Amino acid sequence: MFQVQRSAPIADVVVIGSGAGGGTVTKVLTDLGIHVTLLEAGPMLHPETDFKEHKWPYDYPHRGAGEGGASYFGHGRDFGWFSAHAGGWQLEGEPYTVAEGSKFQWFRSRIVGGRTNHYGRISLRYADYDLKPYSRDGIGTDWPISYDEIAPYYDKAETFIGVTGSKEGIRSAPDGMFQTCPPPRVHEVLIKKASDKLGIPCIPNRLAVITRPTNGRPACHYCGQCGRGCISASNYSSSQVQVFPAMKTGRVTLITNAMARELITDSDGKVSAVSYVDKATRTEKQIKCRTVVLAASCCESTRLLLNSKGPGHTNGLANSSGVVGHYLTDNTGFGLGASIPALRGMPRYNSDGMGGAHLYMPWWLWDKKTEFPRGYHIEIGGGYGMPGIGSFAGLAVREEGYGDSLKKKIYEDYGSHVSFAGRGEMIPNEDTYCEIDNDVVDRWGIPVLKFHFKWTDAELKQVAHMEETFTAIIEAMGGEVRPNARPVEQKISTGGEIIHEVGAVRMGDDPKSSALNKYCQAHDVKNLFVADAAPFVSNPDKNPTLTICALAWRTAEYIAEEMRKGNV
Amino acid sequence: MSERIERRTVLAQIAAAALTGPLGIAQAQHVHQETAAAKNNGVYQPKALTRHEYSTLHGLCEMIVPGASKGGATEFIDLLSSQNPQMLAIYSGGLAWLDDYARSQYGANFSALSAQDSTAILDKIAYKKNETPEVAAGIRFFAWVRRMTVDAYYSSAVGIRELGFMGNKFVKEFAVPQDTVELAVKRSAL
Repeated sequence: MFQVQRSAPIADVVVIGSGAGGGTVTKVLTDLGIHVTLLEAGPMLHPETDFKEHKWPYDYPHRGAGEGGASYFGHGRDFGWFSAHAGGWQLEGEPYTVAEGSKFQWFRSRIVGGRTNHYGRISLRYADYDLKPYSRDGIGTDWPISYDEIAPYYDKAETFIGVTGSKEGIRSAPDGMFQTCPPPRVHEVLIKKASDKLGIPCIPNRLAVITRPTNGRPACHYCGQCGRGCISASNYSSSQVQVFPAMKTGRVTLITNAMARELITDSDGKVSAVSYVDKATRTEKQIKCRTVVLAASCCESTRLLLNSKGPGHTNGLANSSGVVGHYLTDNTGFGLGASIPALRGMPRYNSDGMGGAHLYMPWWLWDKKTEFPRGYHIEIGGGYGMPGIGSFAGLAVREEGYGDSLKKKIYEDYGSHVSFAGRGEMIPNEDTYCEIDNDVVDRWGIPVLKFHFKWTDAELKQVAHMEETFTAIIEAMGGEVRPNARPVEQKISTGGEIIHEVGAVRMGDDPKSSALNKYCQAHDVKNLFVADAAPFVSNPDKNPTLTICALAWRTAEYIAEEMRKGNV
Repeated sequence: MSERIERRTVLAQIAAAALTGPLGIAQAQHVHQETAAAKNNGVYQPKALTRHEYSTLHGLCEMIVPGASKGGATEFIDLLSSQNPQMLAIYSGGLAWLDDYARSQYGANFSALSAQDSTAILDKIAYKKNETPEVAAGIRFFAWVRRMTVDAYYSSAVGIRELGFMGNKFVKEFAVPQDTVELAVKRSAL
């Protein structure tokens, strides 16, 4: 026997990133018989050992405060010890920079499944008018697709991943293919009653959680711990719901710890190979490919394009329009909570339910005149969450004291709090974008992103309205809101904080003002597609993941068809 | 057959259930019982604090949250102090301040004071409104001990049970007790 030295094989499709977009593309393409080479910058996910679902605080000597009580000094694990993310606001050796005068924070998860392992799983369709903002009020830019074009893919995505909800017929919150949402908890019943009084719709929540067995996944067991990762895969994560099943088809080559560096182009201007850093050996490798799909997350995909420079594209690949990095947005965010006297010291019950609220409030003033152009939806919180580090930190500071009286106050306070969080649309603006910071490279030598971010009056007024609304709901429930005289600029979330970054590689019909066509295919590079939130033209008042899945599904079907025709 | 079902085994059953049907709730509960079965053989030996500091802290924690020792509060603080010099400095410094103050006021270390005298000290340092240059450091220290004692107790099995937390279970169908809903609605006047 002797070894034949073969030239490197050419991959059919290389997908970069295994989150919502990459997972969906991988699932759809492999179902259609196409082989996918999937690159993930982090390691493999092992749910059984990685997820802290069902653990108690006392299963750890530090109870969740982290080694040495890290959380007491402000450097505990982001989102707490138990969260299933494998990343954070800062990653060792992988910096990003923020321009002077801007504030921005960027959450990254380096692991198979990316941020879908821990995300909030709120799954809201964009409304018909969300996709045509310019036509509606002359602000922003229309998407090159309509609701009718994306609706069949919302249907497919919801049916496959499983989403709870109810048919409501509200234009700002289109109905979908829903599984039954569990009943509202006690505090949620009160919130709904208060909302009813104020004329705010409060409807069953739309969460990517299955309440009946679906595609071999058992129904939710209502432990309320979705954010820790679900060992029974009863919620959506691209890792467990798409990537692992796709791997069983034998049509996936998963390469973990592979940090994409650059897309290499041939003389025709098409992508011929993906260059990546193998983190384990810190060596550079290349995979030749017929087609490449970027799904590394809005900002990582942007970074990869901007770092892929060559003859004829000196300002980055797929960027003859110059728009790559621009039109970046996050959702607005504002939160308010209070203890409700009626809930203090109530009889206990198991309020865990799904890992998230069982009700939510869609935007209700979409056909009314407001002082700000775009709306928001309201997410709610409350109930008897698992006690742990910090559960009563605020109370201890407020109430002070000690002894039996302190214990009594804690007993009565527990479970009495409700909270409201607004998530609203941000309109793209000229001062918000990302670019390559030529002064800084990460530990792999790859130039990093520099962020510029600015809220405008449209977002600030919207957040002021959130505060008024939440105060009114809390007061209707009999609660008291502590006065907060800080200016609204200090109350609105920091850019990036809501982790709904979208739009930096936007789609459009005109190659002069957009990077991608209506199938998320680069105008300049026919075998280059983007399947995360980067193609989004606007950032409506709905969490982006469901739309990432729907759009990626549509893009994947288009890729398969174009491959069949021999076009890519 | 062993009665002890390993968490690993149950997880494998969960994976199997994904293919064959819903998981038996009794089986599933073993995950919790297994993870909950924190064993506590032997007496804790302080890792960072001196014997004197440790016993002073023990008494202080018990005054802040009666039953705190059952929740492992002193061990929790000592353990974290053993891993973090910044934490140790807060506690060794704070406990030294407490003894110093106790001696200046009552002529004995804090742990040797009568219940009446130690209570008098706590009534002073447990409230920000009592802040004077003389006790400012004590008030800051007390806020640390209170915060961490509360955390330790209410993250322990005994504290979680006392709060009445009923979750972290496998539930086949999520239901909310109707009488509790009605009571809340009645109390809220909504």
